This record gives sequence, C-alpha cells and structure tokens, in this order.
Amino acid sequence: MSGHDSKYFSTTKKGEIPELKEELNSQYKDKKKDAVKKVIAAMTVGKDVSSLFTDVVNCMQTENLELKKLVYLYLINYAKSNPDLAILAVNTFVKDSQDPNPLIRALAVRTMGCIRVDKITEYLCDPLQRCLKDDDPYVRKTAAICVAKLYDINAELVEDRGFLDTLKDLISDNNPMVVANAVAALAEIQETSARPIFEITSQTLSKLLTALNECTEWGQVFILDALSTYKAADALEAENIVERVTPRLQHANCAVVLSAVKMILQQMELITSTDVVRNLCKKMAPPLVTLLSAEPELQYVALRNISLIVQKRPTILAHEIKVFFCKYNDPIYVKMEKLEIMIKLASDRNIDQVLLEFKEYATEVDVDFVRKAVRAIGRCAIKLERAAERCISVLLELIKVKVNYVVQEAIIVIKDIFRRYPNTYESIIATLCESLDTLDEPEAKASMIWIIGEYAERIDNADELLESFLESFPEEQAMVQLQLLTATVKLFLKKPTEGPQQMIQVVLNNATMETDNPDLRDRAYIYWRLLSTDPEAAKDVVLAEKPVISDDSNSLEPSLLDELLGNIATLSSVYHKLPEAFVSRAKLTFARPDDEEYPAAVETGNSESPSYEVDGAAATSSQSFTSHETARQPAPVAAAPTPSSAPASPPAPVPDLLGDLLGLDNALVPVDQPIAPSGPPLPVLLPSTTGQGLQISAQLVRRDGQVFYNLLLENNSQVVLDGFMIQFNKNTFGLAAAGPLQIPPLLPQDSARILLPMVMFQNLSTGPPNTLLQVAVKNNQQPVWYFNDKISLHVFFSEDGRMERANFLETWKSLPDSNEVAKDLSSAIIHSIDSTVENLAATNVFFVAKRRNANKDILYMSAKGPRGIPFLIELTASVGAPGIKCAVKTPSLEMAPLLFDAMEALLK
Amino acid sequence: MAGAVSALFLLDIKGRVLVWRDYRGDVSAVQAERFFTKLIEKEVDPDSHDPVVYDNGVTYMFIQHNNVFLMTAARQNCNAASILLFLHRVIDVFKHYFEELEEESLRDNFVVVYELLDEMMDFGYPQYTEAKILSEFIKTDAYRMEVTQRPPMAVTNAVSWRSEGIKYKKNEVFLDVVESVNILVNSNGQIIRSDVVGALKMRTYLSGMPECKLGLNDRVLLEAQGRSAKGKAIDLDDIKFHQCVRLARFDNDRTISFIPPDGSFDLMTYRLSTQVKPLIWVEAQVERHSRSRIELMVKARSQFKERSTATNVEIEIPVPSDATNPNVRTSMGSAAYAPEKDALVWKIKSFPGGKEYMVRAEFSLPSITAEESTPEKKAPIRVKFEIPYFTVSGIQVRYLKIIEKSGYQALPWVRYITMAGEYELRLM
Repeated sequence: MSGHDSKYFSTTKKGEIPELKEELNSQYKDKKKDAVKKVIAAMTVGKDVSSLFTDVVNCMQTENLELKKLVYLYLINYAKSNPDLAILAVNTFVKDSQDPNPLIRALAVRTMGCIRVDKITEYLCDPLQRCLKDDDPYVRKTAAICVAKLYDINAELVEDRGFLDTLKDLISDNNPMVVANAVAALAEIQETSARPIFEITSQTLSKLLTALNECTEWGQVFILDALSTYKAADALEAENIVERVTPRLQHANCAVVLSAVKMILQQMELITSTDVVRNLCKKMAPPLVTLLSAEPELQYVALRNISLIVQKRPTILAHEIKVFFCKYNDPIYVKMEKLEIMIKLASDRNIDQVLLEFKEYATEVDVDFVRKAVRAIGRCAIKLERAAERCISVLLELIKVKVNYVVQEAIIVIKDIFRRYPNTYESIIATLCESLDTLDEPEAKASMIWIIGEYAERIDNADELLESFLESFPEEQAMVQLQLLTATVKLFLKKPTEGPQQMIQVVLNNATMETDNPDLRDRAYIYWRLLSTDPEAAKDVVLAEKPVISDDSNSLEPSLLDELLGNIATLSSVYHKLPEAFVSRAKLTFARPDDEEYPAAVETGNSESPSYEVDGAAATSSQSFTSHETARQPAPVAAAPTPSSAPASPPAPVPDLLGDLLGLDNALVPVDQPIAPSGPPLPVLLPSTTGQGLQISAQLVRRDGQVFYNLLLENNSQVVLDGFMIQFNKNTFGLAAAGPLQIPPLLPQDSARILLPMVMFQNLSTGPPNTLLQVAVKNNQQPVWYFNDKISLHVFFSEDGRMERANFLETWKSLPDSNEVAKDLSSAIIHSIDSTVENLAATNVFFVAKRRNANKDILYMSAKGPRGIPFLIELTASVGAPGIKCAVKTPSLEMAPLLFDAMEALLK
Repeated sequence: MAGAVSALFLLDIKGRVLVWRDYRGDVSAVQAERFFTKLIEKEVDPDSHDPVVYDNGVTYMFIQHNNVFLMTAARQNCNAASILLFLHRVIDVFKHYFEELEEESLRDNFVVVYELLDEMMDFGYPQYTEAKILSEFIKTDAYRMEVTQRPPMAVTNAVSWRSEGIKYKKNEVFLDVVESVNILVNSNGQIIRSDVVGALKMRTYLSGMPECKLGLNDRVLLEAQGRSAKGKAIDLDDIKFHQCVRLARFDNDRTISFIPPDGSFDLMTYRLSTQVKPLIWVEAQVERHSRSRIELMVKARSQFKERSTATNVEIEIPVPSDATNPNVRTSMGSAAYAPEKDALVWKIKSFPGGKEYMVRAEFSLPSITAEESTPEKKAPIRVKFEIPYFTVSGIQVRYLKIIEKSGYQALPWVRYITMAGEYELRLM
C-alpha cells in the first residue's frame, strides 16, 4: 500500500508560488488535487504558503473527501494568520456539517473547532448544536470533543449556548464512544473552570462503570481517570466500586491497568476490612509486575508509579523484589528506576541477594548507574542496621578494585554510614586512607576530610593527611575548604600539639584573609574567636555529638504522596510533582478583591484574614516540593537538619554545632531554595516562552489610596539580566510610572517582586475610553518586550467615594435619565449581601441603601472614579443565583462599559 | 484527572520535524524541534534519556522506531501511560499501512499520515487505533475514497475491532501458544530470576460475528467447575486479555469469551514465575593471560526431555573488545567471532534433549593496554532457541468453541512452541 507522495516535495525553486497558484486554479480536478498536495508538502517542510490562502480555500467545495481533508488541514494551519479570509470558508463548513455523509459532517465540526479564529467560532455554534444531536454516533463523539475545543476558545459562548447541558446529557448516550468522549470533554472543562460543572454523582458513577465494559481502551482510560476523583460515601460503596473496576486489571492495555490501580487505591482508603484490603493488594501485585514486560518507555512510567505505590503500601510488592533486578539490555532510565525501587524493597530477608546485585551493577559501564549502585549499597546500610556490616564489606571490596569514581562514591556513602553508626566501623579507616590521593571530586574529598577530622584521635597520621590537603587550600572548592577548616579545628582540639597548632594558623589565615567566600570567612572567625576566648567551650561546640541520621528512601511527605497517588499514570506521577508545578495552561481566574487586599492585611499584622491560609497552603506545598526534589538527588541527604531552617532559628544550646553541620549540608544539599511566594499569584503577561526565559507577571493594584503596578519578574534564562526599564504607552487614564523601575540584577532562576508607584493623567490617549494598557520592558541583555495588560477601573475608586443617602438621591435626580445605562452581568453572583457589601467596600465601592422588589434584592452603591467622577450604581440580583443586572448613572457615560467590566470582575 | 497533548511530531533521526499535527495550538513546531534536536545532540545514546522530559512549560514524550522519533508535546497533566502506549499503537497503524515505518515511508505517504493523525487523535485525546478498521475508510488508493459514504460501524460500536459482513469460504482459526522463557543466572551460577511469559496468538479467518469460547487447563476454572483435569492443571500468575475478551465475565466465572478481530492478534498473554530448570544450561571457563591471549571453554547442556529438540540455538559468548585472531573448535554446530557484538556466536541448528556440546576458542590480546583502562563491559552470555511442540508451563487449550448464527463449522488449529526470551547467564 506504499505511496509515492514524496514527488510532491520536489518542486522547482523558482516561481514556486505563482506556479502553484496557477495549478490550484486549474479546471482539471487531478491537477488541482496535485497542486493542493504540493501546497501541503510545502507546508510540511515549513515553507510559508499562506499567500495561497484564497486559492486553496477555493478548492474546498469538492466531493472528493481526500482533497477536502487536505484543504481543511491547510485551514487549520493558516486560518489564524488570515482571519479575514478564513471567513470565506465558513459557508462550506456549515454546508458540510449538514452533508448526508457522517464522515464529512464530523470532519467539518472537528476542523472548525481547531480553527481558533473568533469569526469562525461564532459560526460554529449552530453546526455544533446539530451535531451534538446527530443520529450517527461518529458525529456525536466528534461533537462532544468539539465542545471542549470551543470552551478553550470562548468559555462564555459554551455556557450561553447551553452546550454544557447537552454534553452532560451525552453521558447517558447509548453509544460507549460518545460517552467516553463526553467524559473527557467535561473533565477538561472542569479543570479550567472555577465552579463545579462535572460532578460525579453515584448515579453517573454507576452509568460510567457500565460503559467501561463497552468502550474502546482509550475511552476506558478517560472514564477511569475521571472517576478517580469520586469519593465514595462509605466502605460498602467503595467495595462495590472496586469490585467493578478490578476486572480492568486483566486488560492488555497498561494505561487501563494503571488507571484501574489508581482507582482501586483511592477507594481502598475508605475500606476498613483488613481482609478486603489484603486481598486487593494481592490482586494488584501480579498486574503491576506484568507492567515490567511492556515497552521500555511504559516500564519507566510504571516504575515511577510503583515507586509511589510501594511507599504507600509496601506490602504489595514486598515479595517481588527480584522482578526489579536489572536486565543487561534495559535502557539506563529503566535501570535507574529499578534501583530506586530495589532500595525501597530491600529488607533483612533479601539483603544478601540485593547486595550481590548491587555489586554486579557497580562493575557496569555506565558511570551514573555505577555511582547510583554504590550509593544504593550505602543507603541500604543506613536503612538496615543488621545488614550494615555486610554492606560495608561490599563497599570495601569495591574500593579495592580501585576504579576512581567507584572509590569516591564509596567514600561519600561511608561517611554517611559513620554518621548513622558512630564508633562502630572505624576499623576500615585505614583502608579508606589508602585511596586518598585518587580523590579528585569535591564531594568525595569533603567526605574524606570530614572522616579524618571526626576520627582524628584514632588516625595516627591525621595531621599529615590533612596537611597534604592544606597545600592546595586556596584552589579547592568551597565545600572542601569548609570541611578542611572544620577538620583542622577538630584535629587541633583533639591533639593540641605543635603540628596542628601551625596548621590551624595557616587555615584560619587562609580562610579569613585570602578568601572572598563569606560562609568560609564567617565560620573561620567564629572558630578563631571561640578558640582564643574559651577552648573548652570550643570543644563542647565543635566536638558535640551529632544527631543521628536516618534513611530517606521513603521520603515523600504523606500528604504529597496521597495527592500523587491520586494522579497515578499521569505526568504528575512520573515527575513526583503536583500538576500545578508543571502545567502551564493559563487558568481563567480573576483576582478576587479580597485577594488583592491580602498583602496590605499582612503588613498591618492582620494575619487572620482567610486569604492568609490560602497562601500558607501554597507555601507548604511548594515547600514539600522542594524537600522532595532534595530527596530525588542521587546523593541522599544524610544530615538531619535542613539547611533552610538552621540559619533562621539556630538551636540555642549548641550554637556552633551549626557551623559544622552547615558545612556538611552545604556539601550535600542543592542550595537553590525557591523564594517563598509573597502574595497572591499575579497573571502572567509575558510568558517565559516568549520572553526568552524572562517571565513577567503584573497587575495594577491600589494600596493606601495610591495606584501601584505590582510586578513579578522571573529569570528562567541562563544569563544574568540587569538594567531593567519600564515604559507605558498612552492610555485612557494616562497611567505612567512615578519613578524608575528599580530591580537588582536578576540571576538565573532568580525573581524579583516590586510595587511600582504609578501616576495618572501623564500621557493620555485620545478616543473612547478603553482598558488597554500597553507595557514595554527592557533590559541590557534582551530585546525590548511588549505586552498588554488590562486596566480594571476599580483601582481608581477613591477612598472618599462614600455618599450619604440624601446626597445620593440628589445626585441621582440631578442627572438626566439619558445618563443611565444598564447591563446584565451574566457571570456575576451574590452569595450573601453582607459579604458582597463588605467585599465591595474593600475596593471602595460603598453601600448606600437596599430594597426588595419581586423576590429580587436591589442594592444602591456609590463609587468615585478618576478625576472625581461619581458612579451611582444599582445592582438587581437574586441571592445565590448567577446573573446580576447592573445599572449605572454617571456624568461620564463613556466610562460605563469600563465600570461594567470592573463590577463583573469584582462580583465573580 | 488527566489532560491532553498539544501536538504530535514525527521527527527524523536528527530531531527535525518530518510531519506534525497541531492539536491545540499552544506548542509550536519550532519550539519542539529546537528542544529535541538539542536533547539528542547531547546524548550519544538516545536510549539513555528518560522518555518523559520537561522543558519550559512543555512535557515531551517520545519513542523511537527505526530512523523516526514519535513525540508528543503537552502542557497539561496528561496520562503518560496512555500517551506512550498510543505512540506505540501509531507505529503499529503506520506499519499496517506502509509495511515499515521509516522516514522514507512517511514522506511517500504524507497525505495518508495526516489523515490518520486526524482520525487517531482529536484535540490531543487518543481516539481510535484499530488499523484494520481504519483502513476501511482511510485508504491510500485515492479512487476508492469516493465510495466511502460513512465510517464503519465498528469505529463507534461496542465491538470496535471487527466489522460486520466478513465472509470466508473456509472458516479457520489458527492458535499459536508461544512461551518465552526469561532467566537470569548470576555469576555464582544461582538462578536469581526465572519466569515464563506466554502469548496466545490467534489468526482468525471467520465469517460473520462469531462468538468464541476458549477453554484452558486453568486450575482456578477447573476447580470451580469441580472437575479434575486429565493431566495437570496450571496456575497463571497474571493474565492480560485483548480488548475483545469480556473481562467482567472472566472475573465472574473465568470464562474466556469474545468476538475476535479479523486476522492476527494476541488474544491473551500470561505470566508465571515458577522456578523453571533452565532448558539450556551454559557454563563458560575463561582463562585470561593478560596482554597475550584469552582462552574460552564453553559447555552447553540441554535439560529437557529427549523426545523434544531445540532448534536454531544461538549462544552469544562475550569476549574482550580488543580480542583478535580467533581460533575456534566446536563439537557441534559452528561458532564465529562477531566483532560488532564483541562476542563469539555459536549456532546449533538442532539440539536434542539430554545432550551436551562444547566449544573451545582462543583469542589474542594486544600486548599494550591503555593506562587508564575503563572497566571491561561485563556482558552476560545470551542464549536463543526454539523448542516446538512444547510448553514450559504445561498450558493446554482444552477447547475453542466457535458459534456463529449462520451455523458454520470452523476448524481450530493449535500449535505450541517455547522460545528463549531474556535468557542471560552472567559470567563468573
């Protein structure tokens, strides 16, 4: 069935476009079709053929399905760059959506939904309405997905036209494929919408579980994923659900299996009977093991998931460790994950076999894998006390082979083992010292030096050993320098003889005078002062007993782990990160007024506002994210105290233990802690994809009667960015920066948040008022970035906008009726009058009076806009129901549309 | 909850876009290409990179087939397992259409490729991947296109893998029971892992919509029916079924009932991890005279019954990569040095049960070695073989009932074969 399409790629270079144009307009069908193929071929290799738009669209009205598909494909690619011409295609689309052939009907809606041009979208609604109720299931299943497409382009339109209800009806469709696609579409819409759209009731649940038996494998995945969020009412219901899902474990498609596992694990949380739980664990084990016979990429996904599952329920695979032994031809990414799981499943019972495996891996070729295998031995030693000795003897055997990186890795883990089991295995120090001169990696050096310092009294020639390192002190990496400093002090305190005394002079001198590393210098000064004032106190501090470390192989926080388990099979479970950390789709959220007030509230010490909790939660989740990141480092962090907490709150009784531990921590922990978020998230206006790594989020805010531009700049590029400047284009309110943008040079991965004071009426634009704010930001490294922001009128509402009742009435009467306009704010809602009044008052929209009329509440409010323009506002609403009628009376009628926008945002 | 992918790319070996389909308009081809070319430039061995990579807000997932990469880009938290498996299915569909999927065949068929990408995925959600049914309404021959007036019922049916109205003069079913033996022997000669992965491969040539029922000597089923089988019953650790098998029914009473797809497919796969005696045992003695020569003596013993015979036996014995001047003698079959594999490959056409054969080989080693010698790649001995008319598990097809409303008689043919899967013996 092989084709010969490659001939379409070879066209004459010269005059290609005119030639194609001519062929496209040919009266011969075959020639026309060939020409379209050539156009698509050109498009495929990245040539710009958008100038042929009209000619290609003219070929659209054809009976030939293949040709039609090609023209449609062309449209998907180029409609956006020719929105005005794209309208030419609408007629054919609409006609095709009524074609007797269901293939063509479906093709028409499918394609229209892919064309993200407003003008086309408007015309999509009627065909979509029809197709959602089409007789042919093939058309309905395509239409179901199309609703999600439309929602992505214009959510309001979908809600206005009632497509969501039609989509919900499709859940009861008699065709399984339609049901599955409707579920996928609803699940997606739910993710972007703030209010509940797709709520799974026990009725829908039962319907969907029945559909599971009939739909395609991909549809089964949609349904299982959507149902995994369902919370069963009680153990009984949970057991029932599990019973209906378990047959999926026998499906040949591993995605179906994993999603079924996810659902079972979720429901198991509710099941109280230990027998049932044990039985389920037994049922899940074989399918999980079988996943390891799948394609390597799928094995990888499975292993990342199994790693989560065994942390939650270690018993499931406790007896299956052998299946995780690496095969010679496993890709390296599979081997790495298997190793991680082997450590997790290692126990006193199987450790001998596991060690034998690790030893085998330590002689393989891939350096990263070998290192990880060596570390794995160390981690097992720390985890399993009874096996520690055997682990160490394996490490010693490996050291004897004298492969450089194996030796270094072994020394790093042995240092951790010494920390875990102090005063137990020092007899091996002599062997370690033999490899001293092969060490060239900072971490290994630092570890070895730590060992020498810690056991200086038992190593006869400790001073000689340290001295050999001292010669190169100035050239060493910071972590080595820090360890050398501490180790020398330890040596001196333990053996206060002449040699060490000289050494300490040299070290302190080097570390205070010759360095520009503040950590090193500070620590040196502390030691120096301690030693010179009270050597006994120095002993207490430097030689203090250290906290015992523990194995960190099960290190995910329980709450994070639970959330990740709810995301089994998804990217979240592969990354071991929550979706928020990497999903970059912009959510349709509006800054709520109380959010906006939040930083001010904190500044005044009012930390009891509810928004504080929201932020607190965000901070913890990002925190747990970090701690997990640390855990995923190939080198497990052995030192117990976390570096971030140490400097903030030093443990009072032994303050200088800190210095010692800090050094260790520095050596082991990645230092880049993320900056804690200091306020509600701002809308991203310049995504880092467009800004070559620079991301700018910003929003106009009002604080203490002044307008500020709240900016967050994040540097995700590889270079330092400095010399930031900002400029605002002419706008309706003449907003401009009150001063220069003062931002320190931004290091890579660094960010800066700033409140830029703004002034008004500086560079006024002419024409009718609008909300557009065009911003330009430049720096010394990048081109100038331009982006658009939206001015919300409420930031100008002044604090003195409150009107007394009488005053309000008088002003109302003084204005002619022609100065009153009204609009229905369909998405606005009042949940409770009191809280709405309170919220609005916070943005300087003040309550004047209220009355009730025909089951509706009518609120009168006042606000004072820029240049003191009064706004008299009348809101008519039913509490709890969406849709508010907003009428406004103001001398500046042209501002009314802006006011409606602002009110709608405030009342969301 | 899950999400969808933004685009699907078919890339050449250097990571350049051959064909791509944009599903959501939020990842550009330029962006994806830039990322991916950089990624594979960095890695010497494409196998070494995780198949799921995050870059700048976008997750890329990719697999390789011949000289083509298939890659998706996603901005949402999509179902990674589903998408990666989908990519493998896309390969299957393309292979069905173009016989082989490679750069050239994509170029030669780009029109159909676009059509298929449009049909298999919508808005980044996998839709339909049954190659056989797809080819009923997406055809490479343009003239037949005009006839298609509607999508085949199967596309949206509960039986999405079979079209109605299939007719054969002679109704036949071929069932191959293929078992792969995976074994891992460590350097102490201990078997540390052994399992059997079996597959029931079916080829059906049946008219209409036949209802099939398969009976195996499955212990759970037989005990449930209160019957003791003639011969032995077997325990299967895990069974996976093709989507045509009614899983709820199987869960209920262990009946394997289904309406099969037309043509060939894997009806079921199973796994059992009983400790099996290695069917072919290999022992190697290596004597290494540093900087001059290396001597190998390898014994292979067949440990199955004499009435069975292993065929196409191939034993791969690793030798140092700097070995030269092979000198080989065998007691059976032929052995040759394969420098591209750094191995001595010993082939024996027919290896009856209960026999032992031997090979001796000698290689020269260079007299000078690099000072910083990297550790020798320690490859295991690898064995391939096939044993027809034999299964390790003892699985038996007790019956295959085929009922179609037209009432024809269909002939089932069953064959058994055992093969080596991942069969590795680590050298001492």
